[in-house]
Amino acid sequence: MRLMSAFLVGLVFGVGIAISGMINPAKVLNFFDITGTWDPSLIFVMGGALVTTFVGYRFVLRRDKPMIEERFQLPTARDIDARLIGGAAVFGIGWGIAGFCPGAAVPALGSGKVEVAGFVAALLAGLWVARLIQAKQADRRAVA
Amino acid sequence: MTGFETEFTPLMSLAGGVLIGLSAVFLMFLQGRIMGATGILSGLVTGTTPGDRGWRAAMVAGMIAGPLLVLAVTGQMPAVDVPVSWPMILIGGFSVGVGVTYGSGCTSGHGVCGNARLSPRSMVATVTFMITCGVTVYVIRHVMGG
Repeated sequence: MRLMSAFLVGLVFGVGIAISGMINPAKVLNFFDITGTWDPSLIFVMGGALVTTFVGYRFVLRRDKPMIEERFQLPTARDIDARLIGGAAVFGIGWGIAGFCPGAAVPALGSGKVEVAGFVAALLAGLWVARLIQAKQADRRAVA
Repeated sequence: MTGFETEFTPLMSLAGGVLIGLSAVFLMFLQGRIMGATGILSGLVTGTTPGDRGWRAAMVAGMIAGPLLVLAVTGQMPAVDVPVSWPMILIGGFSVGVGVTYGSGCTSGHGVCGNARLSPRSMVATVTFMITCGVTVYVIRHVMGG
């Protein structure tokens, strides 16, 4: 049940990424290239996703609990700190360099292009290294 | 490096956006979780229990199957054109991995789900990565290259 529903949720997401054009780095980079070969399509992707989620969450979060888990797991962090802003800034730079964000790169693997596999491998390496550093820092804080 | 024109596709982009939103709503309804690619991948890399890894792997498999389903239905694989060099792919990928870990999210987690919850953290993160991405594209295409 859990595996099947996760697969289907991923499938709907993957089809959405694919038909919206988010899957195509050339299109994503053109969205940001306002003074060059501008393609405003991604405004419609973000708009459609945001409005749908905003409305859907209003109904879903009114329930006591989700269907197959005991409770909702919503983020609880509230600080707007250097870590959040610095991380988001570095993410944006990487996005602008390669044209892929994580949610677009994973479905793009389905295209079988070796460039996508290279991007995802580098992404996972960055994720793993950052987690390692965070864990080391947490250890040091625990000792001190 | 200059880009090449891509076709303006408001209807397909809107339809795709609605599907992305629906997947986020479904995941909240079913599992009570935020649909964030960062969180899903991160849990897959550093996951603790096999059960936790299992649903994440299933979701990643579903995501990858997305464009294949489009291929099966329409007879055409959606275009994936990577207009940048290999060093840029790898540097970009690594930067994205580090950035989303420290920033606790990406376009799906912050940009869609967090903003839909009106989270101030997500709004700040979204504005930040949209600006740095835009500046990066401008510098690479119009200052360095062109």
